Formats: sequence, structure tokens, C-alpha cells
Amino acid sequence: MYTKGTFMEDVYILAIESSCDETAAAVVKNGREVLSNVISSQIALHTLYGGVVPEIASRKHVEKVIPVVHEALKEAHMTLDDMTAVAVTYGPGLVGALLVGVSAAKAIAFAANKPLVGVHHIEGHVAANFIDHKDLEPPFACLVVSGGHTHLVEVTDYGKFSIIGHTRDDAAGEAFDKVARAIGLGYPGGPKIDKKAKEGNAEAITFPKAKVEGAFYDFSFSGLKSAVLNYLNHAKMQGEEVNDADLAASFQKAVVDVLTEKAMAFVKEKGYKDLAIAGGVASNSALRASLTEACEKAGVRFYAPSPILCTDNAAMIGCAGYYEYMSGTRSDWDLNAVPNLKLGER
Amino acid sequence: MKILGIESAAMTASAALLKDDAIVCEYTTNFKKTHSQTLLPMIRSVMEITETAAKDVDVFAVSEGPGSFTGLRIGAATVKGLAYAADKPVVGVPTLAAMAYACHGSQYVLCPMMDARRTEVYTALYRFDGEAFICLKESCCLPVREIVAEAEACAAETGSRVLYLGDGADVYKEVILSTAAAAPVFAPAHMKSPRASAVAEYGRVLFEQGKAVSAFEFEPVYLKKSQAEQEREAAGLATE
Repeated sequence: MYTKGTFMEDVYILAIESSCDETAAAVVKNGREVLSNVISSQIALHTLYGGVVPEIASRKHVEKVIPVVHEALKEAHMTLDDMTAVAVTYGPGLVGALLVGVSAAKAIAFAANKPLVGVHHIEGHVAANFIDHKDLEPPFACLVVSGGHTHLVEVTDYGKFSIIGHTRDDAAGEAFDKVARAIGLGYPGGPKIDKKAKEGNAEAITFPKAKVEGAFYDFSFSGLKSAVLNYLNHAKMQGEEVNDADLAASFQKAVVDVLTEKAMAFVKEKGYKDLAIAGGVASNSALRASLTEACEKAGVRFYAPSPILCTDNAAMIGCAGYYEYMSGTRSDWDLNAVPNLKLGER
Repeated sequence: MKILGIESAAMTASAALLKDDAIVCEYTTNFKKTHSQTLLPMIRSVMEITETAAKDVDVFAVSEGPGSFTGLRIGAATVKGLAYAADKPVVGVPTLAAMAYACHGSQYVLCPMMDARRTEVYTALYRFDGEAFICLKESCCLPVREIVAEAEACAAETGSRVLYLGDGADVYKEVILSTAAAAPVFAPAHMKSPRASAVAEYGRVLFEQGKAVSAFEFEPVYLKKSQAEQEREAAGLATE
């Protein structure tokens, strides 16, 4: 517990995030108060290519990293000297993209004589809940769903996780992207499917809900993705017209049902009173609605970050970085980008 | 006047501090491409040994490219972070020019080359006319045979020979030997790799010419677009 006592000085974290296609910087006070949260998104640039091009993303990060840091300090009405520490995402993510943030953060911290704290990207996503929900404290269950991750975790303490289940193949967000591409919605798939699904009937098509043999809490989305692609191919060969809205809604329901079922089963098994979601897919309206309803029925408090904190951002890294900093985590100047960094590892 | 030189464009990682007319410390490795881990600790060593704080540095000079995209980005992000935090300017030093400048006063046509794979090299041509440093060909990416022929033609004009340096000269030594009509000269080990000392010293020349920019503005010189952009361009599609 990090209760702010009168003897404690305020802690200001300058946080930097560059793990994929957003260059972001933020200033966070005492872990949960966001003084600034600046995001430079490259989505428009990558839309042309139907997905994130690592080399283009890395170059853009080099261009944006200093302007974004400067803007974050300016918006917070603070200087680098006012900061207590510098936190940076060092994995998981695209290695070339991560390296830009890590290199810049190390140089800034070194030159400004501040401690450096390397932060796990997913730990950041989970921490986004602390920013929006001041009452939320570990332990709780959390469902992390994004373009690169699908994890069901137990947050046992600040910065401490037990992984209960994870995807065996595609991440949930990846399945959204692939299905969106298949029906011509383009990139990024998550928000586009969400929107399209609102016009469709989620009961129109029944897709399989993949189970992983012998590991109830693990996920698998590649089978579902293939079923959608097969459905489209079959319809094409038969000369049948596919209702894209029905397909989007039915596919989305298949994903949401599985996520809801496993998260609720886990909460029930362990008797948790709090369930949080995190990651880009956490802003999906159907998933939020489904979990809100299920939690209400089960008498469980449901937490989700506001949409801006679901996407990649540095405020969440600043929050996670604060708790890491307070528990004594310090990174050395040889901190490297770790593209496949596992949750709970350092 | 203190200039911190940084080199991380290829296999070499190097940091050096130029204080007035002397290189007071230099730390260079040609070992592994682990620059993301080694570069900042090397800079820190140079600063610590010379009892220099980042704010004491007047100008940050960095090898701007061409070179390995990742290496250039590590150097660029590092120098931007240092210069931003210290509120000092950045001078981008063409990597190949710094290498050639290290051969000050040489009689040869200087041909630095770095392996760009598929028998292509990042290369340029320079020579000294007394103390004047002359660029004969700006940084470019060419097949080895083409630059060797061009370098030889330049050397023939002045009755000189060509000095090859850089990792490209090692990788394509056989190609150079079989292409060159006149006997090529290969730089010895202490001269052939890029060095942060040369980046700092040539950085000073460029700084005095008014070529400094802010940490916001500095960009590495990749010379090549990303593979994805090249493919779209080849297909006649827009890239922005």
C-alpha cells in the first residue's frame, strides 16, 4: 500500500511509450493523477498498408519522440527538473519501435540525472484502470485484450501478476483486424467491426467458440478467424451475398462470449469482487456491455478504463512506473528493448 | 568548447569528448551490434572519466547516416534525448564524411564504404587538397563495382590511388581487387572504422559552418525508404 503520508514528497513520473504505432508521453503525479497525456498516432500512415509497418513506425517515433515529451511537460506546466523519475515501455512490442523510446528515455534520464524505470507494456494497460478508478486496488482479476495480447490475469499486488490464461494463437484484436480486412473494412479492425456490428444481427450466423483442451482459461481465436474466412469463401463460391453487418456482429459475439464466459468463471472460482479489463479491445462496446451485464448479475464490480486510456498511451506507463518506482525498481543504463517480454518478468 | 561525438551507424559503437583542441576521452567498440545496451553506458563512462555533466556539453555531434537503420535510430534517439535534456544543439555528421575526415591530409581519393547488403554499399568519395576537405561524391547507395570504377576515374584524374575504408571494404575486398585496374589501398585497422572522435572533430567544422539544429529537428539520413514504401512506389501507388 502506498498511502501518501504528509512526510512524503509528491512523485512526478515522466513516461514514454513507443511500443507500436503511437508515440506517447505523459506526466503523472503520485501514480493516479494525470497531468498530461500526449499521443501522436500514426494510424493514418499505416492504413495505406493494411497494418503497422515496423520500419515506418520506427522512423516516425524518432521524429515525434522529443516533440511529444516536450508537449507533455508543457501541458503539465512542469520542467524536466521537476520530475522524480523517467519511466519507459521496454516490452513487449515491435523491437525497432521500442528502441526509440528506450534510447530517448535513457538519454533524457541520464542527462537530467533522474532514475530510470523500465515498464512492461501490459502492466501499463492494467494500470490504466487505477487512473480512472481511484477506489480500485489489488487484488483483482483482469482481462487484458489487445491487438497483440489476450490474457486473463490475477493482479495480486501493484506490479505483481499471475497469468491464469492466455491465447494459444491469435490475440483477440488480431482476429478483429483479420476479419475486418476480409470483409473490406480495413485497418484498424477493432473499431470498424464494432461500428459495423451495431447494424447487424449477432444471432444471424453461429461461429464456433474454440476451447483449448485441458486448459479452460486459455483462449484460441485462429479457429474462429478461419471459420469466418471459410464462411466468406463458401458464400462466394455459392454466389450468395454476405451481410457484412450480420457477419461482423456474429463474429464479435463469438469473441465477446468466450471472453465473458472465461473471465466470469474465473472471478467466480476465486471469489473476486472486482473484475477489470484493459488493452485496446477493452474499448469494444459489445465487450463492455456483455461484462457490465454479467458482473451485475454476479454481484461483481466491473472496471474499464475510458477509451483514451485503452489505446496505447503513456499515462498508463506513468501510473505503472510510479508503483514500480515506489517498490524500488530502477533500470540500468543498459536497459534494452525486449520485444517478447513476458508479463511478470523483468 | 565541449563536443560529445556519438557513432552507432554500423558495427562500431563509439563515444568521444572533444574539449577545445583535444579528444580527452574516446570509447570505441567493434564487437557486436548491441548498441541499444552499450551506447549509453559508453557515453556515461566518457562523461564520468572526464568529470563532465551533460549540461557542460556545448554541442552534441552524431553520426547521422547512412548506415544500419536500427543503429542510426539508437544514435538519433540518444542524441535527441541528451540534447533536449541539456538544452543544447545537435550537429548531424555524415557518417562517411567523418570516416574520410579521419584520414586528414591523405594524398589518396578516399572511398569509405559500408555494407548495404546484396553487393551494394553506402559510399561516398572525398579527397584532401592540402588541408581543404573536398567532397567528390555525396553519400549514396551503389553496387560495389560502380563506386570502384568511379573512384578509380577520380584517382586517375589526379594521378593518385584510391584508399578504401569501412566494413564494406572488408566484405567486398575480393570484388574491389578484381574490379580495380590500379592497385587499391586498404586502410589499416586503426583508420578504417568510424570513430566518435572524427564525428566530434568534423562536427565542430560543421558547427562552425552554422549547421547545428535543435533536438526537435534532427533526423537521421537513411538514404533508403522502407521496403514497404519502395514496393508501393514500384507499383505506382502513393506512400502518404
